[in-house]
Amino acid sequence: MKEVMAIRFTRKNLPKEELFVSGHRACQGCGEMLAVRLAMKALGRDTIVACATGCIEIVSSPFPETAWEVPWIHVAFENTAAVISGVEAGLKALMRKGRLKERRIFCVGMAGDGGTADIGIQALSGALERGHDILYICFDNEAYMNTGIQRSSATPFGAATTTSPPGRKSLGQMTWKKNVPEIAVAHGIPYVATASPAFPYDLMTKVRRGAEVRGPAYIHIYSPCPTGWRCPPDLAIEVARLAVQTGVFPLYEVIEGRYRINQPKGELKPVEEYLKLQGRFRHLDEAAKTRIQERVREEWERLKKKAQAFPYEE
Amino acid sequence: MGRRIAIEGSHAISEAVKQARVDVIAAYPITPQTHIVERLSEMVADGELDAEFVPVESEHSAMSVCIGAEAAGARAFTCTSGPGLALMAEIVFIASSMRLPILMVLANRTLSAPLSIWNDHSDAMLVRDCGWIQMFVNSAQEAYDHVFIGYRVGEDSRVLLPVMLHMDGFFLTHAIEPLEPVKQELIDGFLPPYEPLYRLHPDNPVTMGAFALPDQYAEIKKAQDEALKASYGPLLEAWKAWGELTGRHYGPVEGLYLEDAEVVLLTAGSYGEVAHIAVEEMRAKGRPVGLVKLRLWRPFPYDELRKALEGKEAVVVIDRSVCPGGPGGPMALEVRSALYGRRGPRVVDFIVGISGRDVTPEDYIRMIERVPELAQRGPEDYVFYGVKE
Repeated sequence: MKEVMAIRFTRKNLPKEELFVSGHRACQGCGEMLAVRLAMKALGRDTIVACATGCIEIVSSPFPETAWEVPWIHVAFENTAAVISGVEAGLKALMRKGRLKERRIFCVGMAGDGGTADIGIQALSGALERGHDILYICFDNEAYMNTGIQRSSATPFGAATTTSPPGRKSLGQMTWKKNVPEIAVAHGIPYVATASPAFPYDLMTKVRRGAEVRGPAYIHIYSPCPTGWRCPPDLAIEVARLAVQTGVFPLYEVIEGRYRINQPKGELKPVEEYLKLQGRFRHLDEAAKTRIQERVREEWERLKKKAQAFPYEE
Repeated sequence: MGRRIAIEGSHAISEAVKQARVDVIAAYPITPQTHIVERLSEMVADGELDAEFVPVESEHSAMSVCIGAEAAGARAFTCTSGPGLALMAEIVFIASSMRLPILMVLANRTLSAPLSIWNDHSDAMLVRDCGWIQMFVNSAQEAYDHVFIGYRVGEDSRVLLPVMLHMDGFFLTHAIEPLEPVKQELIDGFLPPYEPLYRLHPDNPVTMGAFALPDQYAEIKKAQDEALKASYGPLLEAWKAWGELTGRHYGPVEGLYLEDAEVVLLTAGSYGEVAHIAVEEMRAKGRPVGLVKLRLWRPFPYDELRKALEGKEAVVVIDRSVCPGGPGGPMALEVRSALYGRRGPRVVDFIVGISGRDVTPEDYIRMIERVPELAQRGPEDYVFYGVKE
């Protein structure tokens, strides 16, 4: 684990090679595809990707074109963790039997929040529990964006989506965001992290650590969606940065059950600064915003307490 | 071949999977499939079989793991039953569309509700159009043999399709039968390691499972349909090679007393064994009856079936499931299509043995005796045999 935690990407060792290439059909300002591009830079060529149905798959693989420079497979929506488990098991058997040359090949599953927190959570839980040597990355844009902005269990409280519209009897999404990183932690796997494309070196470092660690790893990447969040495409990264700075989406790692918070220095900014850039929260009144602020503060305190109780020490 | 052993049908499958040197096994327990995977997990635990055993959390994931493993170039195996297949169904269709030669044993079980663990073919018919090569076996020996035959055909670079073996739950999976195992060196000659045309590997990156627009989709589906039909030739070759190797000869349909039979029973799977007894009894009394056992279900052997039924007065189809609100049983539907527009036998359709209800030789005799009464009726007048009313 020490060697894994020594991995660090900076300006000086940033790989130049692009493995998720231009020409794909993502919307302008898509934070998710930027995160995929960064993740692929960190992973390198010796990687096999299994991808769930969703934005990533649809923009990158219209037959007969592909944006992938690495071996890549898409099967269905809810089974990415199982597909990559199968790839890993296949490689392991073939290498052990001498039918493939021994070599470390990263097996990486990629899915959105719907494919992870909702329909794919059973396959994900199974794969994490079985201990495959895989990395699973959830690119969380907080709703079913590919089908037209429907709510998922990862949609935050108060957000307007096409199936959680605000109305006379509703504020929009009436439930709090499901905490999938903590569900991953509960599996007792060696590495869990949250990351954001607004902090690209941190994101790449975590992706590579998750790939290098032996056993299952889970990374939850906050993936701003200007189309679904109703924000200007040029502000996507600003929104992602504010999500971290306000504590809405704190950055942390859980290494063998030990917590390390990777937040930028300084006090948390008010949540209002994050909310006001996005049309999906435009309808919220002061009372609703206060509820969100209180919840964010409480979750942040909970995380800090965990990090104090079970700190990661190098 | 020599040595004969007594073995449970499920364990015959496990032995065959071991001898086929399968690389990855992914399965979720469901009655009556469990004995197959229990034995396989013991073999892996004892080092008797060098494979990855992936104890998945659902049948949906079982098929997904098999797809991942096959895409990586490994030989993969799974097995399931009734409701498990229903959960898995989405991925079953994808496996054939992605042209991955997985082999699955379906220990046939009735679909819920009411929940029932017993055997019929409602699960098989749920995935009738899934694009896999599909066969019904009717003994432990046949099940064992077809694991090797199935992999050989599915992995043939002219075919590249998954193979499903329908094996009646309990009647075949839990019965102890005689088996002549085949020596490992003969198996290794018959079934070399799987060499895929494409595999997921960084040395030659490929994209698998790209999405298609309507502009390409129809072409892909037609190619898949043609591939399934064209698997017939390689399947005949594999049966021939297996016959030469073991002395056990198989074909798409098997007939009994077809030379002079006027009325024939048509079965698929284990019910053929009891039907056989009934036919022998009637023959002993001088009645001109015969039997057709349908082994190959997909691709459907139209010509062989027509040949087998040529000149007969009636064919009594033993359907083990029903198309509710439709033409009766799916087997009869297929037989009628094969015979339509030709001067052939009348088709009499019995829905029989639903959820494993016992069918005795006397029952078959009674069904045959009802032929004159039923032969002139239309397809909508099928009979649920032996139902308490």
